Amino acid sequence: MVTMARSRGYRVFQGINAVILTGVVIVTLYPFVNIIARSFSEERYIVTGQVNLLPRGFSLRTYEVVTADPMFWTNYRNTVVYTVVATAIAMVLTTCYAYVLSKKHLKGRTFLIWVAVFTMIFSGGLIPNYVLVNSLGMTNTIWAVVLPNAISVFNLLVMKTFFENLPQELEEAAAIDGLSTYGILWRVVLPLSKAVIATMLLFYAVSFWNSWFTAFLYLNEQELFPVTVYLRNIIAGATGAENAGAVIGEASQVASNIQSVTILLTVLPILAVYPFVQRYFVSGVMLGAVKG
Amino acid sequence: MTTEPASRSEAMKTGAMSTTLDGPPRDARPARPDAGRRRRAKPDTWWHALRRDWRLYSLAILPLLFFLIFRYVPMIGNVIAFRRYEPGGSIFGESWAGLRYVRMFLSDPTFWNVFTNTLILGALTLLFTFPLPIALALLLNEVRNQRIKRFLQSVSYLPHFLSMVIVAGIVMQMTAIDGPINQMLKAVGEDPVPFMQKPEWFRTIFVSSEVWQTVGWGTILYLAALTTIDEQLYDAARIDGANRWRQIWHVTLPGIRPTAVTLLILNVGTFMAVGFEKVLLLYNPLTYPTADVISTYLYRMGFESSNLSYAAAIGLFEALIGVVLIVSANLISRRTVGTSIW
Repeated sequence: MVTMARSRGYRVFQGINAVILTGVVIVTLYPFVNIIARSFSEERYIVTGQVNLLPRGFSLRTYEVVTADPMFWTNYRNTVVYTVVATAIAMVLTTCYAYVLSKKHLKGRTFLIWVAVFTMIFSGGLIPNYVLVNSLGMTNTIWAVVLPNAISVFNLLVMKTFFENLPQELEEAAAIDGLSTYGILWRVVLPLSKAVIATMLLFYAVSFWNSWFTAFLYLNEQELFPVTVYLRNIIAGATGAENAGAVIGEASQVASNIQSVTILLTVLPILAVYPFVQRYFVSGVMLGAVKG
Repeated sequence: MTTEPASRSEAMKTGAMSTTLDGPPRDARPARPDAGRRRRAKPDTWWHALRRDWRLYSLAILPLLFFLIFRYVPMIGNVIAFRRYEPGGSIFGESWAGLRYVRMFLSDPTFWNVFTNTLILGALTLLFTFPLPIALALLLNEVRNQRIKRFLQSVSYLPHFLSMVIVAGIVMQMTAIDGPINQMLKAVGEDPVPFMQKPEWFRTIFVSSEVWQTVGWGTILYLAALTTIDEQLYDAARIDGANRWRQIWHVTLPGIRPTAVTLLILNVGTFMAVGFEKVLLLYNPLTYPTADVISTYLYRMGFESSNLSYAAAIGLFEALIGVVLIVSANLISRRTVGTSIW
């Protein structure tokens, strides 16, 4: 009897759970649906607040307007270049340091770990960083975007944990065969670490693809902006965040339209690869949690 | 088992002993790459360490340069909070100014306003984004169909991968005069509200968007922790007559407590830096009364009013509070629940 009651209560719970989780899915996805609908709608339907789930007055005009702007493509290309260069630098630095930190016998290892971990607890802050990058003459160069955030300590610790858990016997055997440390890292360790390397590549690539503030701070020439800053300027222009007055006129409404398209075109690469790479992210977080 | 693991644990034991007896472990490296060569134990001086491992150390040079230049130099660069800085001059300032800039912000009413805003926004964010992932993880954990569960997870993680600019854009669209929220208001006969221009709405909008963006991703570690809970504990609880709620209370929640505490420490540590990028993207002069936080205020002081030393003083203050918060949260949790992140 007790079992019966419990299972009935459980079924009620499952029903409520299904409703809540469906709600979560709707709330999460709704903004995307709405923005897609806006991007394909005619301006007059958007302005009058009639676009919700489906496009009204189907039109590709906004896409034509956005993609006709050469600056959009210049900035998009910049994002690709910055992401590739920054990820490459980050991978080399992170892999080397993580490998060093994973060697438990190394003298000074604790110190080397603390050099990295301490920066998680206390950091220089915005102003000293800006002053530094400025005095290094990196303003308005790609280096301002790709160097200051080259190593993420979280990623470093994930990789270190992974290297620590590799079977040491293989490295020992390689050492007996006469491989140097470099040879062991390159020919033995890295081929065994494809999973963690893929995860780190994705972590870095996504964070550099998404980053905007560094570029916003250090780059003043429009030709150098990544697409995120391009989008930021559209948003700021449309809402009057830059010029104090509240702009609720025709101009901002047109921009709202263009915002939707720019948002979609910027997020498209992420959405396209997301279903295939999501599991790597999850496994990366798990690795980090082991000792993080 | 053969004697091999036994000897290894022996080695580890001696290693542990040397740790307690005379400082750092000396020869506690059962799995050294050159362990097969069985060299005679040498005194572990830096000279020997460098000769043996110079290739390893050489790999650390570039990363160490990175940390030195881009992390530790700015850390020292904080001295400009106490020095007069000239644009184009030394990054460590020109001459001592003492506590001038500290006194300046302590007597600045705007500073105390943004300080309060930071505390409120940080507290509200923590209040929602800390417990909600636990709740969502518990709900997801009850989904029996693995396919549906995976789909739900994929969807809920998605917002985490978006650029802050995209999230800000989405927030703007949702709250726009012609956006869905105002459409709903209109449908029930209310007047449209220009949400982004209303200071009284800013906190709601900010926290909602934080929830939207972070709660799904926040479940990952809890879901992992949930799978590690021993099924036998549930069986034992059932035999003791515990219903589902009591099972959750006595088995599930204690099982994820270490994870929860660790995440809480990390959240508390970033409390003061609450949503800098997002606030910067979403606020405007009309919403400053509630939206302006310490980090955005110092940003404007530094780059719009060009008072870098003043801004650095505020930034240093913020960073020090952050250190105090994370260190004390860590200490408290080590004392009370025995979990700490270092």
